[in-house]
Order: sequence, then structure tokens, then C-alpha cells
Amino acid sequence: MAAGVAAWLPFARAAAIGWMPVANCPMPLAPADKSKRQDELIVLNVSGRRFETWRTTLERYPDTLLGSTEKEFFFNEDTKEYFFDRDPEVFRCVLNFYRTGKLHYPRYECISAYDDELAFYGILPEIIGDCCYEEYKDRKRENAERLQDDLDSENNQESMPSLSFRQTMWRAFENPHTSTMALVFYYVTGFFIAVSVITNVVETVPCGTVPGSKELPCGERYSVAFFCLDTACVMIFTVEYLLRLFAAPSRYRFIRSVMSIIDVVAIMPYYIGLVMTNNEDVSGAFVTLRVFRVFRIFKFSRHSQGLRILGYTLKSCASELGFLLFSLTMAIIIFATVMFYAEKGSSASKFTSIPASFWYTIVTMTTLGYGDMVPKTIAGKIFGSICSLSGVLVIALPVPVIVSNFSRIYHQNQRADKRRAQKKARLARIRVAKTGSSNAYLHSKRNGLLNEALELMGTPEEEHAGKTTSLIESQHHHLLHCLEKTTNHEFIDEQMYEQNCMESSMQNYPSTRSPSLSSHQGLTTTCCSRRSKKTTHLPNSNLPATRLRSMQELSTIHIQGSEQPSLTTSRSSLNLKADDGLRPNCKTSQITTAIISIPTPPALTPEGESRPPPTSPGPNTNIPAIASNVVKVSAL
Amino acid sequence: MWMEGESEGLQTLGIVVVVCSSLKLLHYLGLIDLSDDKIEDELEMTMVCHRPEGLEQLEAQTNFTKRELQVLYRGFKNECPSGVVNEETFKQIYAQFFPHGDATTYAHYLFHAFDTTQTGSVKFEDFVTALSILLRGTVHEKLRWTFNLYDINKDGYINKEEMMDIVKAIYDMMGKYTYPVLKEDTPRQHVDVFFQKMDKNKDGIVTLDEFLESCQEDDNIMRSLQLFQNVM
Repeated sequence: MAAGVAAWLPFARAAAIGWMPVANCPMPLAPADKSKRQDELIVLNVSGRRFETWRTTLERYPDTLLGSTEKEFFFNEDTKEYFFDRDPEVFRCVLNFYRTGKLHYPRYECISAYDDELAFYGILPEIIGDCCYEEYKDRKRENAERLQDDLDSENNQESMPSLSFRQTMWRAFENPHTSTMALVFYYVTGFFIAVSVITNVVETVPCGTVPGSKELPCGERYSVAFFCLDTACVMIFTVEYLLRLFAAPSRYRFIRSVMSIIDVVAIMPYYIGLVMTNNEDVSGAFVTLRVFRVFRIFKFSRHSQGLRILGYTLKSCASELGFLLFSLTMAIIIFATVMFYAEKGSSASKFTSIPASFWYTIVTMTTLGYGDMVPKTIAGKIFGSICSLSGVLVIALPVPVIVSNFSRIYHQNQRADKRRAQKKARLARIRVAKTGSSNAYLHSKRNGLLNEALELMGTPEEEHAGKTTSLIESQHHHLLHCLEKTTNHEFIDEQMYEQNCMESSMQNYPSTRSPSLSSHQGLTTTCCSRRSKKTTHLPNSNLPATRLRSMQELSTIHIQGSEQPSLTTSRSSLNLKADDGLRPNCKTSQITTAIISIPTPPALTPEGESRPPPTSPGPNTNIPAIASNVVKVSAL
Repeated sequence: MWMEGESEGLQTLGIVVVVCSSLKLLHYLGLIDLSDDKIEDELEMTMVCHRPEGLEQLEAQTNFTKRELQVLYRGFKNECPSGVVNEETFKQIYAQFFPHGDATTYAHYLFHAFDTTQTGSVKFEDFVTALSILLRGTVHEKLRWTFNLYDINKDGYINKEEMMDIVKAIYDMMGKYTYPVLKEDTPRQHVDVFFQKMDKNKDGIVTLDEFLESCQEDDNIMRSLQLFQNVM
């Protein structure tokens, strides 16, 4: 039940008069409004700014600071107002929560300040409304990342002392800025990667003619020089790979990582080439292997963060790329088929088969338009133009998604770099301003409050069981109880309902009494016999609302309703009816009918909630011992 | 063999496709209008806003004090800022009190009992008048209001079908998970009991007088009517 609708509760209760003539048995007594005072205005002074609201508005949420008696601690006797030494801007949102039932998160507010205020007022951030929840979660995540970053770098600095030679080497490899040696190594390897790549490229350039033979590529003309260069590079790369392998904390994981595979692939062709010298059969394969030398260029990704980001982006946009590919494939197949059949009629058409038309379709859709295949018929031209138009659209769609992903990740990295750069200056400033013990204390107090909030979140039921019912909740429960009485049926939770269904289907014992008479009496018997209420209406099973707040309120209602000791099964309740002849108790085959000793309803006394229940029997009995003067029991 | 006609067929198809898509394009651009129902496009942007009569007049017309009227109006205005309740909002508000079952049918009947002028919307005056009867009225007035609620077609008589509808609506509010399990004919049995009690001359319908008489004979009902005396 939303807080705003609580104001309509009197109307709902008044409308319940419509049930009265239909009901056959007396209604329970209404909860008395003990504190029958007029609704009064409360003044809340938050750092000088005065807020005023009705007392009942604040009492809508009794489990928060303002709704409970905790606010009495802040009452100022002299000015007769409640004084809070907190942020008035955030208090505005908090008070609006009481008024409208929705908690909003203002965008201009800092996330940790907001969290602190919510924790102070005892409000869980989870009930932030849908309109602001996204924003809140995003900011919270960023903040957590920042804290994590700080924590990591602190850990890094702390782990200075005892590092083995191997660990130092590994750190040098991963982080070139740690020592000058690592920096030198970093630049040397970078240089040799560049040399190797350029060598591969220049090798194939035609290098002038040797008189008497055709144009040679440089690689064959100066083959010795190139061979020496290649050897040198591969030496360096091999040494680097072996060093990394030695220094890696987990060799197995290192071997499986992408970068090491690239390293291996980059140097393998050379060694394979050494082993197999000019063997004609495998020279074809050998030529292919030389292609893999170009993978050396990927080694640059260790040196460039931008490349790494690009790779990471492509990985994270895998689904968009997949969609692009899939839609392109679909479109290609459709258009290729159409073009093939359209061009089939024309003579000397290049569209010899559907796969042959694939080439045309791809070239057209990506707006390349080489012109080696063109449609000649009118239909072909029409469909060809449709093809090119749709190609533009299909390709343009997923691209912005990829771009925005890339931009987000890139900016994140930028921020991390900036933070690291400013860190030294920041730490120096902090050291000047801080006074050791008080800072640590504030830090731990904040953590303590956060933990408390987390605990509150985890156990809503226990928390509510101990609180007193608010008037609104008891009134709402009374209303539901009246409905139960009107219809002579009770609310139960889903599991018990399943149990009852199972039992009743197991036992189809026909009633020995005439159905009409027993049903008539059964109806009146049920409500008039004294029985204990159902308990622990599990809030999770059949609640339509999923927000925490509604769950809390409803669970409050139903748990508070069971003032008597709880019964776990409905079998033990005292209202075994004969109307359907189905007994929940499958152990015995006896039917117990409760017969009213007093024939006319007016003689029944109305049962108030204040009367203590009779002791409830154990689960498997079927002889109800009813202590009230209402029903006499006879076992048939 | 590829026939000449098939190529022409494809040509025709291509031309048809082009023509259709250009028509659609023109429709989207708004130059021509192909749709049949234009009226739906025009949204009804009329916001009904109603202000109730003065506080003194309402105080005179009803049995509430000024303070009570203030509290009532605040709650009313909170849920319905426009000043009137329409049936949808009414159903939503009422359904929040009965989360287990479906309260919309009963809310429908309630709405029509509140909306005495059958305009489709309940203003604050109607709301407060009905509440005044229910909470502060005489027994006679309350019973008459209830009779009006049950008499769905407002013809002055309650017949079995109307009662069935009402009772079914009440049982709908209970939902599925009840103990004992709700049977198909439980509402009908309930209605039979009701008619046995109320219908004095056994002619199948209950008139206002029969209703008043039977209710006044029943102590239970009399007592229950006083139950919500101190709701405000």
C-alpha cells in the first residue's frame, strides 16, 4: 500500500459498509484510535532552513529516523522544533519521500554525500524511484571504481619491500615506468619490432634491375643483409619471450595469454625456415608461414594503450558486431538471389550464379561500387539501387553503438591516467591538512553506517517484528479481516494453498451428511468458531508489487496480525467443515462436523480481537476442542 | 529455358515495389493521407480541472467538520490533482488496498454508487457526500446507500443476477489463495442465503422496504453498520 494512498484508507473502510448486509457473521471490532489527537504541524529545522509538515506524513514510514521516536533526540525544547545539523538540500529530497512516497536522486548531488544523508535518516537507497535509479547506480559504480583504484594503488605502494628477483622482473615487464632498466628494455624491443616490420615490408619492394634478368625485389637482391636483420630481430624476440616466461608468476596462464601466442607466432616462421631449407614440396607452406611474420606488429599493443583499448572495445561490442554481420549476411543473400534472377535474362551477364552475385552485392552494399559487375536489365537496375540504399542503412546502424562504447572506455582510461598523475600532488595536500586520528575515525564510522544499512536491507522481517504497529497499518489489517469475515474465507499464502490442494485431491471422502444441510451449517460454522489466525504470510510469494517498500508494509501488516502464537498448518485450526467432505487430515477417515448448538446467529457474541484464543491442538488431530460457547462438536 | 515473360514479370514487380514505397514515403512525409482513422491521431489534451465549492457550503451539506473536510480534501487532491476521479484512477486506488485479489469489479460498482449523476467522474463533493452518509449518516441512510450499491441498474429492485454480480465481485477481491478453497458455487450459495433472509415475499426480487426491514431485524448487520463510526 503506497503511502500516498493511505489518505484514502478512511474511504475504503467506509465503503466496506457495502459488505455488511451480505456477510452472515459478525465483523471484528475496529482498532481503537488511542491517540486521538488532531493532526499537527511539525517544524523541522535543518541547518537553519525550516521545513514544516504534518505529523502523520512523517509517521508513514515508522522505520526511519523521522518516522520513529528517534527524532525526539533532536527535539529542541526552547524553540519547540526538531533541529538537524545536516545538509538542507538533501533534506528536501528526504522530506519529499515522505510526502509523495517516491525517493529521488538529484543529479547535482555528490553520491557519497547523498549516501551519507540517507544512512543518517535511516532510508534505504534501494527504494529510489525508477526515474532516478539508473543515474544513482551509475554514479555509485563510478565511485566504487574510484575507491577500488585508490585501494589498488595503495596496495601496490605498500608491497615494496620483499620482492624476489623474479617478481621484480615481472613488474618491470608489465610496468615499464617502474625502473630505468625496464624503460630501456621497453624502448629497445619497440625499436626492434619496428625494424622487423619495416624489413618485412621493404623486402618485397622491387629494387631496381640486375642487368640480364627481370626486376627483383629487394629481398632477393640483398638477401644476406635482410637475413642478418631478421636473425637479429628474432634473437631479441626470443630472448624477450624466454625472459617473460621465466618471470611470469603463473607460467601456464602466461602461455595461454594472447600476447604470448602472438610472440610465438611471430618468431616461429624463422625457426621453421631454418629447419626446412629450400625443400620444394613444403616451400608453398613456407611462403605462407612468412605471412605470419606480419603479426609482429601486434606486439606493439604492449606499447600502445590505444591499441589495447581498441581491442577491448571490439571485444565488448561483440554482440553489435555479430548483429551487423548477421544482418549483412541476410541482406547479401536476399539481394544476390534477386539480382541473379533479374539478370538471368540478359546476355553475357556476369551474374553467372548466386555466389557470383554475392560479390556484386557486397561491393554495392558497402558503397564501394567497383564496376566490374553491373546489372543490365531494368529490373536488375531497380533492385540494384534498392540494394545500395539499404546497404548504407544496414551498415550505419550498429556503428554508433560501437563508437560510443569505444568513447566510454577511452574516457575511463583517460580519467584513470589523470588520477594517477594528480595523485602525488593530492596526497601531499591531504597530508598537510589531515590530523591522523580524527580522519581514521570518520572513515570507520562511515563504513559502519554503510554496513548497518546493508544489514537493514537483508532482514526486513526481523526488523519489523519488533516495531509497534502504526495506526494506519492496524486499520488496513482490520479492513482485510472484515473482508475475510464477509466471505468466510481466509487469506493464506501460496504454499499452504498448494498443500491444501494436494491433500484434498488425495482424499476424496464423500460426506455422509446431506450436502445442502451440511453446507449451510458449514458456512455459518466456519466463521463463528474460534480459530487462530494464519501467520507468516510470506511476502515473497504472491505479492504483485516487487518494490521493497510495499513488501515491508505488507509483511508488517500480516506479521503484526498474528498476535497469538503461530500455527504452522491450517489443519490444526478449529473450523473443520463438513460442507465439502474433504478432510485435510489424511491420517484418519473420520469426518468431524461442527454443529452449532445455538441455531440463530444473533445469539452469537461478536468476537473481538482482544479475546484470548483457545489452545490450539497439534497438527494431526481432528477433534477441535473449542472453548468458546459457540459450537458443540460431535464426531460422526 | 528462361522465358522472356519471366524477366518482364520481374520488371513489373520491381516497378510495383518502387511505386508502393514512394506512396508510403509520401504518406510519412505528410503530403498525402492514406489512413482511415484520422481522429485517433488527435490526442485529447483537455485537462479536466475542477475545484470544489467552498468549505462552509460543504460543511453545511455534510456531517463533517471543517478540519475533517480539510484532511479529506488533502488526501483526495494528492491522488487526483485534477480534482475529479475517473473510473480508472478509482479502480487503481481501491486495488491498492486489496493486493491479494482483483478489486476492479467491486470498485466498478462502488464507483457507480458514488457517481450519483452518472457523469463518469466523481468530484470531491460527490465523494464527501457519500462519505458523510457512510460514516455519519443514520442507519436508514446507510442502508439505503447500500441498497443503491447493490441495485446495479438502478431500477429500484435487487434481483438475483445483480446480487450474484456483487457477491462475485466481493469474492474476487479475496484472490486465489484462500482457506478453505474457493469453489465455483460458493458465491451462489452465499446469494441464496442472502435471498432467503431478505426476500420476504419470495418473489425473487428484493425491494427497498424488504431490504430495510430485513436488515433492521438482523442484529449482526446493525452492529456492523456502527463499526466504522470513528473512522475519521
